[in-house]
Amino acid sequence: MNLRRDVFQAIADPTRRAILLLVASQSLTAGAIAANFNTARPTVSKHLQILTECELLEQKQNGREIFYHTNAKKMKEIADFIEPFRQMWDDRFNKLEDIMKNYKPKE
Amino acid sequence: MELKTKVNAEEGQQQLTITREFDLPLDLLFKAYVEPEIVEQWMGTKVLKLESKKHGSYQFETTDPKGNKHCFNGVIHEFSPGQRIKRTFEMENTPFGIQLEIYEFESLTVGTSRLNMQVIYESVAQRDQVLKMPFAQGINMAHNRLQDIVSKLK
Repeated sequence: MNLRRDVFQAIADPTRRAILLLVASQSLTAGAIAANFNTARPTVSKHLQILTECELLEQKQNGREIFYHTNAKKMKEIADFIEPFRQMWDDRFNKLEDIMKNYKPKE
Repeated sequence: MELKTKVNAEEGQQQLTITREFDLPLDLLFKAYVEPEIVEQWMGTKVLKLESKKHGSYQFETTDPKGNKHCFNGVIHEFSPGQRIKRTFEMENTPFGIQLEIYEFESLTVGTSRLNMQVIYESVAQRDQVLKMPFAQGINMAHNRLQDIVSKLK
């Protein structure tokens, strides 16, 4: 599977948002990031992969270790935070649509 | 993938627009804004009052998972069935001020319709605050979880 990922898909997940917050202040290795979550290590790796694919995170080799840091330019794309607002309305409207599709006039 | 709901909030402006196309005929879409029982279902709120007419007003009350009550209200300035609603919106006890909402309902085909919602805020700062609200909530939740986890490690 090789979907093009976008930043909004990346921040739709609370764990990924938490990872971004964590890495925002300092570069960390995958192990150090995973130590902050009680999620399984492969799950954290998957999140890191997604965040890297959509360029919110960048990798930097330092000796034998790989450090992750945030990509400031890409982070700016979500700086106005419109997407969660849009999703909130999208959810609401989806619900409206479902309800009205099953609507039976009472008479 | 084409997004069904679009939000346009240009930088430095005190308004935003929300556009959505529905797989619903226009009359059903409009009904969802008028019938109190239906509004309650999709907005997830209690409707205390909803007078869909010029000079009418409305009052909603939402109870959050913690049991806190949040009240919303507004006055209806224009009510044109199947076409347009203009009303104010206020979230009581918040710093978001009073918003002016203009809803334009439009029929596309027999079975589809479009809603164009224009929301005007008192200031650019207020609009930006409202936009950030859902994100801030998400961030706080992630943050709290992080804190929970970290405190368990100690």
